[in-house]
Amino acid sequence: MAALARLQEKLQRLQEEYFLTYRAIDEERKTKYKAAVRIQRWFRACRVRAYLRHLSKMAILIQKWWRGYLRRKYFREIVERAYFIKKLEFYNEMAVRIQKMWRGYYVRKYIHNFSALKRYLEAVSLNNEFVRSELQEYAEMKENEEKMKDLEKKEEEEKYQARKMHYLLSTAQIPGIYNSPLRKSPDPMELLLRKSKPLTHRKQKMGSSLADELYCWPTCEKPPAFVTTLPLLPAPRQKPQGPFRDPGEVLRQRYKPLEPTLRVRESMNSPPAKAREATGREEWRSPIHDNKFLPFSSYHKNAEKYEPSICNSGKYGREAYGTKYFREVNPKKWIADKKNHLESECSAVSSHENQPE
Amino acid sequence: MSLRLAYSAVSGRGCVKISVVCLLRPLLLDVIPSVRQTVALALGRLADHDVEMAEAVVKAGILPQLICLLPEENRYYKKTAAFVLRAIAKHSPQLAQAVVQCGALEMLVVCLEDFDPGVKEGASWTFGYIARHNAELSQAVVDAGAVPLLVLCIQEPEIALKRIAASTLSDISKHSPELAQTVVDAGAIAHLAQMITNPDAKLKRQVLSALSQIAKHSVDLAELVVEAEIFPVVLTCLKDSDEYVKKNGATLIREIAKHTPELSQFIVNSGGVAALIDCIGSCRGTVRLPGIMTLGYVAAHSENLSMAVIVSKGISPLSACLIEEHEDHIKAAAAWALGQIGRHTAEHARHVATANVLPTLLDIFVDTRSSEDLKMKTKKALKNILQKCTYLPALEPLLHDAPPNIMKHVIGQFSKVLPHDSKARRLFVTTGGLKKVQEIKAEPGSLLQEYINTINNCYPEEIVRYYSPGYSEILLERVENYQPVL
Repeated sequence: MAALARLQEKLQRLQEEYFLTYRAIDEERKTKYKAAVRIQRWFRACRVRAYLRHLSKMAILIQKWWRGYLRRKYFREIVERAYFIKKLEFYNEMAVRIQKMWRGYYVRKYIHNFSALKRYLEAVSLNNEFVRSELQEYAEMKENEEKMKDLEKKEEEEKYQARKMHYLLSTAQIPGIYNSPLRKSPDPMELLLRKSKPLTHRKQKMGSSLADELYCWPTCEKPPAFVTTLPLLPAPRQKPQGPFRDPGEVLRQRYKPLEPTLRVRESMNSPPAKAREATGREEWRSPIHDNKFLPFSSYHKNAEKYEPSICNSGKYGREAYGTKYFREVNPKKWIADKKNHLESECSAVSSHENQPE
Repeated sequence: MSLRLAYSAVSGRGCVKISVVCLLRPLLLDVIPSVRQTVALALGRLADHDVEMAEAVVKAGILPQLICLLPEENRYYKKTAAFVLRAIAKHSPQLAQAVVQCGALEMLVVCLEDFDPGVKEGASWTFGYIARHNAELSQAVVDAGAVPLLVLCIQEPEIALKRIAASTLSDISKHSPELAQTVVDAGAIAHLAQMITNPDAKLKRQVLSALSQIAKHSVDLAELVVEAEIFPVVLTCLKDSDEYVKKNGATLIREIAKHTPELSQFIVNSGGVAALIDCIGSCRGTVRLPGIMTLGYVAAHSENLSMAVIVSKGISPLSACLIEEHEDHIKAAAAWALGQIGRHTAEHARHVATANVLPTLLDIFVDTRSSEDLKMKTKKALKNILQKCTYLPALEPLLHDAPPNIMKHVIGQFSKVLPHDSKARRLFVTTGGLKKVQEIKAEPGSLLQEYINTINNCYPEEIVRYYSPGYSEILLERVENYQPVL
């Protein structure tokens, strides 16, 4: 009960205190309330701001990372492309270099080969020199031949003259014209006269030889080809003294006809075969006709009949193709049918330039 | 009596006309062969002498009688008949046509098959005269089957027969490529090529002429001729003593060279150009002409060949030709050939210009006595050479006397070279070229004015003013108007 009494004492105080405190509290309630609201408001705003800040930071972070990622990806592509282009350009440059060198080499070697051209021109001039010298030699040779011919002709003439005037030779008693006693040595004409044989009257023989020539030419007998008979030696007046063989024997041995072996004989290109071939032309000239072609003889009139060549005659006379026509005839083109070019004026058109002689 | 008449007619010279022919006509059918022969000889001589007599002979209708029994006659008659026919045929194409119309060709072929060389000669001579006139007559000769027989005639040993056969083949093949091909098909080329080495000059003339007539028509024929291995034997013909052999040899080489560059190359490689140049140098007159044309053709094909011609010393004979020759067509050919040599590159033009050719060409161009053709060719040649010529010392003399159309090219060349070469500019001034350029009057806007402007731009202005005409007057005027500062 004591406690209770104490408590009741206190109670009064307590009630007063209570009342005072509550009155104080009540009096400050509004301000405290407002303050509390303010503080809370401020704090909540801070919290919200912090939250918003946080949010924006997060958004920024996300965007930052995302954009970075995108750009890095894009950048990798760009880098790849740039690298690729750089590689290509490099290759192009190198290819240009190679092509440049190759084309220069090729053109210089094959198309506009200057050194080859130079060599060719030098070779051409060398060849020209050679050809010129050869032609010069040839011309000189021809000139010499001409000169030799002229000289020989002159000599022949002089000899002929000497033979004709053989009677001018000096005898033992009378000196001739060319052997004047006042001269120291005889004239060269005198020497020539001494050497030459007198020209005899051979008119008949000359005449007959001409007729002979005429006779031989139309018959076209063999031109002298090679020695068929042994040459006749003049009859020996005195047999030469000494261990000489019989000249006939010697000649026979010298001109023994060739007897080749079968192997040589069979060759087409060996000289005897070729020599045999030389008669080909003769055979063309006198194929079938055994008759000689004699001028002005009655034989000619009686037996000479025209025989056409074999290659042109057919079974029923002459074949038209090969002689009369070689190609298709075109009658419209013939001018032979057109009448009389002569009756119109004939102006003599001289159309010959090189006269064949 | 008949004989006497015939003999008198033989010696008569054209004063007797148709009456003689009518008198002789019945004698043609006389019994005695020597009368027939003499009559034929008389007719031949009459026809040979005069065109009118030949016409009279044809009009009198003698020809069919002359040749009707020809195969059975003797060889003297055949020779004389051939003589008559060719005496008639040589005058004009119409007479030759008359000869062909009366069926002479078959008889002549019969004569060609004869064994006697004289008869063959007469027959082939007649064929030659007939074929010479035009292509149709040649075709008629070919159709008669003469060509293989002529080729056989060429192989005969007699020189006269070979000559005539070669000349006939030449006359046949000159008209058209088909005729030439017919001659080639008969195997003529090989035999003709063999005969080039024959020593007889007249034969060589005919053979070379025949080969050149064959080769001129087409590339294939020319190649066939070349394949017969005529080079280098043909070059010995260019050294022959006979002028016409040289001329025909040069003609043959010309006909071969003009077709393709390969053939020209072949000729150069075998030394043909050197032989031709020597030949041109040693001849005078028309004989040179084919050689000059050959050089022109060879140089025209390509620049390497042109350089080969230059290297073989080709320019000096050509310029000698220009100066020495009197005939216009030879000068024109030489000018053309020089133009072909010099037109390829600057190098070629320089060689031509250093040979002092340009003033000669200019003189010929300006000369009033030159014909139109010569002037045109010289002008073309000058133009071609000048367009490539960068050798200024040779262009200097041209500045002073050229007519305006040539001057344009000369100034053009100067305007191309002067901007790049300082030494040349100095030389141009010291030799009086700049002075001359200032004196030229050209229409503004024309090409010449542009060139002159280019040249003037290469020099400082004072120099150009110094050299312009009338500068001394301008200076004197300035002296007059000057007020001295006291």
